[in-house]
Amino acid sequence: MSNHEYTPSSKFGKWFNDRLPLLTLANHLTDYPTPKNLNYWWTFGGILTFCLITQIVTGLVLAMHYIAHADMAFSSVEHIMRDVNYGWLLRYVHANGASMFFLAVYIHIFRSLFYGSYKSPREIIWILGIIIYLLMMAAAFMGYVLPWGQMSFWGATVITNLFSAIPLVGESITTWLWGGYSVDNPTLTRFFTLHYLIPFLILGLVVLHIWALHVPGNNNPVGIDIKKPSKDTVPFHPYIVIKDAFALLMFCIVFALFVFYQPNILGHADNYIEADPLVTPAHIVPEWYLLPFYAILRSVPDKLMGVVAMLSAILILAALPWLDTSKVRSAVFRPLFRQFYWILVADVLILGYVGAMPAEGLYLLIARVATAYYFAHFLIILPVLGWKEKTTPLPLSITEPVLGGSPNFATARIDEKIQKTIK
Amino acid sequence: MSDQKDEKKTNRRDFLFTATAAAGAVGVGAAVWPLVDQMNPDASVKALASTEVDVSSMQPGQSLTVLWRGKPVFIKRRTDDEIKKARAVDINDLKHPEKDEDRAKNPEWLVMLGICTHLGCVPLTDKGDYDGWFCPCHGSHYDTSGRIRKGPAPTNMEIPKYEFVNTNTIKIG
Repeated sequence: MSNHEYTPSSKFGKWFNDRLPLLTLANHLTDYPTPKNLNYWWTFGGILTFCLITQIVTGLVLAMHYIAHADMAFSSVEHIMRDVNYGWLLRYVHANGASMFFLAVYIHIFRSLFYGSYKSPREIIWILGIIIYLLMMAAAFMGYVLPWGQMSFWGATVITNLFSAIPLVGESITTWLWGGYSVDNPTLTRFFTLHYLIPFLILGLVVLHIWALHVPGNNNPVGIDIKKPSKDTVPFHPYIVIKDAFALLMFCIVFALFVFYQPNILGHADNYIEADPLVTPAHIVPEWYLLPFYAILRSVPDKLMGVVAMLSAILILAALPWLDTSKVRSAVFRPLFRQFYWILVADVLILGYVGAMPAEGLYLLIARVATAYYFAHFLIILPVLGWKEKTTPLPLSITEPVLGGSPNFATARIDEKIQKTIK
Repeated sequence: MSDQKDEKKTNRRDFLFTATAAAGAVGVGAAVWPLVDQMNPDASVKALASTEVDVSSMQPGQSLTVLWRGKPVFIKRRTDDEIKKARAVDINDLKHPEKDEDRAKNPEWLVMLGICTHLGCVPLTDKGDYDGWFCPCHGSHYDTSGRIRKGPAPTNMEIPKYEFVNTNTIKIG
């Protein structure tokens, strides 16, 4: 993206770079002009990269001790916890790391929703992100099955049975997924293989996600297009790097609090009981990060329609760039959208809460209302809002509102001159 | 102008393209199929197709859960009261209409897959609003014939293929 051609200073560097332009790439990344008003909500991209690498590294070493077999998986996990040097730490980092990964990705997604980062020309970045999110859910689900505890087994049973809702071929697909007539050893071994594969697919998609990001450049809290490089930008290094590093440090403190003080609080006690195909736990709940979708699934009384609703709830996000008809990106300049945004946040949190509760009585009613609202937000409120809402005036640049808050760039410059004369 | 005419005319090269693509598609399909089919149940899984169960010690009202193909099978020796209840139901009231007579050939014995047809949990025996089974996962209620009466499950619990080898032994599968 940088306008200047990069030439390495050393002779060897030049020789190498002429043959494989890695140094040009590195230079592009360090010098990359970034909006100077990026706030801390923009640091989660870096945090997510950290999470992915943490999961890959801890997962790799856990796989050296884990045994993917229905008879041995449960005890091999206990072996990791009790016998393997630092095994407890590696496993707790990996298990809580999944939760931290989702915490960060939800903040990252809701940042995009607030600042309209999904809008033109960033639709492909957004859709790649949704695919990454779907793969994350698949990886997390399969990873949760590997310890072969009661929740692993029954979670796997419930989720794979979702496919049996497909008319005609549903049963065959479920049998194919299981490699048998129920969740059993063949299911465990293939889940382990896929759980190992998916993070690398995610890694590849992350490269595309960043590549696509570097075409138009970062969105920013004001949400306007900016010139790059200009007065409105700073080089990625050191300005953004140091900010990301500080945010990462704060994030790691939270991470460490879970790992060292409450390593099991996000899990479920039933998963410390070995899988038993004859006994279903009294209350099956997925991990916290899947609860809103679980609530949507249960709120629909019909099996097939419940599955359709749950999948639509995720896939509808991919259509978001076209459902949101407003040309203004940032919610800062959209007073009505801002209110609906926070209602949506509350709605998703409510769905998460009722997803953890039994599906009956008042909880079921709340889940139904919240599900209806979730879809209404994307299918009715956003398209209508784009037409009806009166947005507040946008600044002409990032620098302009800082220099006197004038809505007009010319007056801002006059203000600047006056201030200089006063000095 | 003559160029355009030539473009529209199907020539031997088009035939070659189509033929190559078709042969390629068949080849790719043939190569992919083993990769897909390896995930289906293997010979050792299929070999465990049947299970024999001794039911001589079961009293009326008792039930037994056995494992068949990795799935629980409920064997229930029903009481007269439970049979009466199951047979008294008006078939038109049912979500998945099936006569109890068809589900339990020998009315005293109900043999069925102990798997909720919603999402595959194991329902609890002698529970629920219809005194049959109740699935704790998402609240499906089954009657004393294992038929769905209330909740999200779409169909009745499945009856596997089974037979009485002799008066004391049931062979499932």
